[in-house]
Amino acid sequence: MSMPNIIVLVKQVPDTNAKIVVNGDRVDLSSVKMVMSPYDEFAVETALQHKEAAGGEVTALTVGGASAEKILKDAKAIGVDHIVRIDADGEMDSNALQTVLAQAVNNLGGEVVYCGKSAADTGAGSTGPGLAERMGWASVSNIIGATHDGGLNVVMPIGGGNAKVSVPLPAVVSCDKGDLKVRKPNVKGIMQAKRAKVDVHSIDVPSSSVSIVSHALPPAKPAGKSYEGGAAAAEVANLLRNEANII
Amino acid sequence: MTQTIVIAEMNNNAVHPSTAELVSAAKTFGGEPTLVVPCTDASHASGAQGMGAGSIIAAKSAAFTHYDASAWATALDAVVPQGTIITSASPQSKDMAARLAARRNIAVVQDAVSIEGSNITSPVYSGKAMQTVAATGPVVISVRSNVFAAATGGAGDVTVIDTDGDVATSVQEFMARASERLDVSEANIVISGGRGMGSPENFAHLEAVADTIGAAVGASRAAVDTWEAIPHAMQVGQTGKTVNPNLYIAVGISGAIQHLAGMRSSKYIVAINKDADAPIFQHADYGIVATWEEALPVLHESLKGMMG
Ligand SMILES: Cc1cc2nc3c(=O)[nH]c(=O)nc-3n(C[C@H](O)[C@H](O)[C@H](O)COP(=O)(O)OP(=O)(O)OC[C@H]3O[C@@H](n4cnc5c(N)ncnc54)[C@H](O)[C@@H]3O)c2cc1C
Ligand SMILES: Nc1ncnc2c1ncn2[C@@H]1O[C@H](COP(=O)(O)O)[C@@H](O)[C@H]1O
Repeated sequence: MSMPNIIVLVKQVPDTNAKIVVNGDRVDLSSVKMVMSPYDEFAVETALQHKEAAGGEVTALTVGGASAEKILKDAKAIGVDHIVRIDADGEMDSNALQTVLAQAVNNLGGEVVYCGKSAADTGAGSTGPGLAERMGWASVSNIIGATHDGGLNVVMPIGGGNAKVSVPLPAVVSCDKGDLKVRKPNVKGIMQAKRAKVDVHSIDVPSSSVSIVSHALPPAKPAGKSYEGGAAAAEVANLLRNEANII
Repeated sequence: MTQTIVIAEMNNNAVHPSTAELVSAAKTFGGEPTLVVPCTDASHASGAQGMGAGSIIAAKSAAFTHYDASAWATALDAVVPQGTIITSASPQSKDMAARLAARRNIAVVQDAVSIEGSNITSPVYSGKAMQTVAATGPVVISVRSNVFAAATGGAGDVTVIDTDGDVATSVQEFMARASERLDVSEANIVISGGRGMGSPENFAHLEAVADTIGAAVGASRAAVDTWEAIPHAMQVGQTGKTVNPNLYIAVGISGAIQHLAGMRSSKYIVAINKDADAPIFQHADYGIVATWEEALPVLHESLKGMMG
């Protein structure tokens, strides 16, 4: 496919260094710094490399509230051509989110979609494969490398090793870190991002059948046993056998 | 009550033992779960007997030779009855779960660690919080290993149903892992080294322990970034692999929040670190304040003695 219309999905999440606070029975993100989900950075990099090899244009797409525009500008600063936000905030189950994304990708005329292997908040890894199914496209997940000359070929883990897999377009590709170095914005990019306008669209959000009941901090672990000096490793081995019943 | 269906976790044409845990998870919904085994030969489904299912279906298709997300979702969709579907939370099964759910226009809930009534709990924010959701109607749920007890008993007969799906992707080349050792995301015991190991050569000491107890060897990001010989595939954490083994041994790893993100749900955690204030000790069941040079040989000898 020549000059592909490339879309990269980006999501705003709490900085991975942030402390997560639960207030009442909900996570409270009001004082947390928000950033682009780490794997989405690899998705953006892979999308830009696709464009460099095959031409076309890259659109960064997010579904979220106005505050999510910061990460679209971050994507713009490192070289995406267009930035689009679907204005929808609040809780959505996988079904609702993917329905919205599928419509957005259709409207944009996307031919290949890159996304993160999982978002740092949900940890789910559902969006890429779910979107692909809705589009009727092929999908590959957790890729650790991609080449774009002579069609899309990716490297991904499969039982017992890695495989080089050729992927027919259209397709959705979810990205793991691999050996990619993500590019940093330069001064020109930062200036362009400042001026860039976010394309905002709205799409009807279908109702969700899964809804959040509560958030809680993970159960505190009882204090462990602690020992000084290497010789204690013998006692720990004993505990692994007789207390933990593992060895 | 909706029906529950378990999709067997497969490993080298055999039903993985963790499938019996999935059946237990399915039984929390009441009733007798149906266990569907994706296979290329119906004989592969015999391993599903005695895992507590009410009935067993061998879903037989050449499409199950290699994993292709769209082919698997199509082939399974044709065989799996309507209802709530339980899968493993291995990377491949999470992917398949998401595709199958989308195909049925229902939601997917990943990485469940508890199911009570219609409430499903999973870790979110890299394990820094737990989220409980409620589902109305059928959903697909992937379930973490090592949280439900294995079910036993149940059906013995296997019904074979042929199915098919169009494979979209094609494997051009397979690069087998250099060592026979398990991948961190597959292993029941993981021993990981960090920057405190001092050099990549010193990972040989971790490998020796791993070989004794059948563990996989992992690494912190500092180790992966510092030493070329330590591949990213070994990295555990936020931007590496999430592991959920019975035992995680962290050696020369400080326990940064991004490392914890990948391993904090391990059942038992052992830490070896020379710095008594290293954050990893707050998460360790058994902490040893010592250099690895002192502690690891003692640990290895003791474990060797136990393995006989
Ligand atoms: C967005 C983002 C994503 C990240 N993702 C990950 C990730 O996926 N995985 C990850 O691990 N990190 C990740 N990190 C990095 C993380 O913040 C830490 O920098 C990293 O985990 C530190 O690795 P370490 O513990 O090996 O090294 P250090 O922090 O340098 O700790 C080394 C430890 O070894 C101990 N030590 C030294 N010598 C010895 C000895 N002889 N015997 C015993 N102990 C000794 C020291 O006391 C120290 O505690 C990420 C960071 C960011 C910002
Ligand atoms: N609201 C969203 N807007 C845009 N992309 C998203 C959104 N949610 C998830 N994604 C993409 O899907 C990936 C996987 O998310 P998840 O399925 O939640 O783990 C993320 O890394 C993003 O690339």
